[in-house]
Amino acid sequence: MAKKISILIVDDEESVRDSLYNWFIEDGFRVDCAENAKKALTILESDQFDIILADIKMPGMDGLEMLRRIKSIKPDSIVIVMTAFATVDTAVKALKDGAYDYVTKPFDPDDLTHLIRNATKQISLADENENLKKKVISLENVEDLIGKSEAMKDVLREIESVAQTNSSVIITGESGTGKELVARAIHANSPRKYFPFVSVHCGALTESLLESELFGHEKGAFTGAMYNRKGRFEMADSGSIFLDEIATISTKMQVELLRVLESKTFMRVGGNKEISSDFRVICATNKDLKNMVENGTFREDLFYRLNVVNIQIPPLRDRKEDIPSLVDYFIKKYCTSMNKPPATIDSAALKRIQEFNFPGNIRELENMIERAIVVGNGKKIGLQDLPLEKTFVSSSAESLDDFEKAFVLQILNKYNWNISRTAKALKVDRVTLYNKIKKYDLKLADQR
Amino acid sequence: MSLPNITLISYGYFEKDLLEKTAEAVIQEFQCSVGVKEGHMDLSEFYDPTRRQYNGNALLKLVDCLAIPDSLKTLGLFNVDLFIPILTFIFGQAYLGGNTGIASLYRLSNKRYGISGDDRFLAERCIKEVIHELGHTFGLIHCPNPTCVMRSSTYVEDIDQKNQNLCNKCRDEYISLTGL
Repeated sequence: MAKKISILIVDDEESVRDSLYNWFIEDGFRVDCAENAKKALTILESDQFDIILADIKMPGMDGLEMLRRIKSIKPDSIVIVMTAFATVDTAVKALKDGAYDYVTKPFDPDDLTHLIRNATKQISLADENENLKKKVISLENVEDLIGKSEAMKDVLREIESVAQTNSSVIITGESGTGKELVARAIHANSPRKYFPFVSVHCGALTESLLESELFGHEKGAFTGAMYNRKGRFEMADSGSIFLDEIATISTKMQVELLRVLESKTFMRVGGNKEISSDFRVICATNKDLKNMVENGTFREDLFYRLNVVNIQIPPLRDRKEDIPSLVDYFIKKYCTSMNKPPATIDSAALKRIQEFNFPGNIRELENMIERAIVVGNGKKIGLQDLPLEKTFVSSSAESLDDFEKAFVLQILNKYNWNISRTAKALKVDRVTLYNKIKKYDLKLADQR
Repeated sequence: MSLPNITLISYGYFEKDLLEKTAEAVIQEFQCSVGVKEGHMDLSEFYDPTRRQYNGNALLKLVDCLAIPDSLKTLGLFNVDLFIPILTFIFGQAYLGGNTGIASLYRLSNKRYGISGDDRFLAERCIKEVIHELGHTFGLIHCPNPTCVMRSSTYVEDIDQKNQNLCNKCRDEYISLTGL
């Protein structure tokens, strides 16, 4: 339901107050009146009004002084000043002091209607803007970066310190570690957060497509260029541009990119007009750029231009203590998106997940949990819901014995500790299996 | 059970036919009985020579004082140019949720705008204005629906664009406010 707009009328003439009061009440506004500036300021201390309609000529404090006081308390207040003595000077003075508009008594009914309609529109736009800003903040919150491990704390600290600057950042880490999420977190915490975050996956585009994507193109620049098109650098004006898989760009593009980064100006493909854009560059790669520089496949000057700050995201296997909270997060996320009641995970399944080394990192874990929620019973995620058997390799296995222990335990769990079936699967006899259980002190998950 | 009564009091000369048509429309819209009376008052004391108009606030107050005691609502009809101190002119005004309203035909006639007179237009505008002000006395506020009679009108063209009836939303509101 639309918010009811409130109006405070401040005028020393009773007939004016009454007329305006009746007029606005009939329009459905919430209205209050004050006969002088002092009373108006007292009312404003305890109540909030969207629009204040104030006379300039009043005994005691005049409307202009009241306007200044209201603006010093609440700068975004909409104050419309009115007077029977119209002079350009007072109008200019009132507007300079922050009045929303200026009207001369008596007004044409249509003028008053338009004035209030425009002010109301401004209020609803300001409210909408405020709500959208809140939404942006909640959408791009660093809370999405889950993890309390020391490694993640370091990453969060780095994000926080680098966000306030304009420096270029390279985010490195294995595939699936959340490099784009870190880039978004840097943007969301930077002064550029209310401007666009433009993401480009360099690896997914051919050289010519990437050029047109980054710089834009003019109509007729190439076959199929039917319209003028803004490039990503232009779209990212005042915001941040995220270049994912930066190591995949060609040598020619590296040269062009370096020039753009140095001058912050570029031309659209097929264009002859120089366009400038104020953007911040955040790059990501899973390759060793320094090594590429040494091999001559990545330009040294571009590397140093981009590598002002480097954030290294640790692989999931190096921060296993974060796995329970990540699992919880993904369970909540997918239960909500699939409209399912909140599920839990049993301890054996969680332990198994923690033993897994996740070559695909968090992306793999996320997919695993999503699958478990789809195929599971919806209440508790168990071992049977996890696709770990085929790919299972114990990361803690540093010796053949460790590996054998983990493997035997895995097969025992798979067959619910049915000794005959497990022995058959391992192609050993039951006695050998009993000996292994004894040797490695293996126990059912619930008994541990 | 007798229907609640609305009284229209004409101050000045009005065509009998116009008053009858207006009364009929009010009966139909509010399902009330309507009485039409002639009123007499000296309007000169409400005249503001600097503005060359009549003070709507003062007239409304007086009509309220002279209201027929048995009548649920009273509306004074005038033929003079009305103003309130803050606005250059008004077509009419009423006490929101009160008993009294006023309306003037002065700015409703085509002749006022240099166009040849048309009684049909004048009657339609008069009906809409009277129903609009009576709507306020029943507690109805301005309606955003462009065809609803409770839509705010600042020019005669605005009056011409709306219907002479309450929209469904205002009709429901009227029923809930009055129980009629």
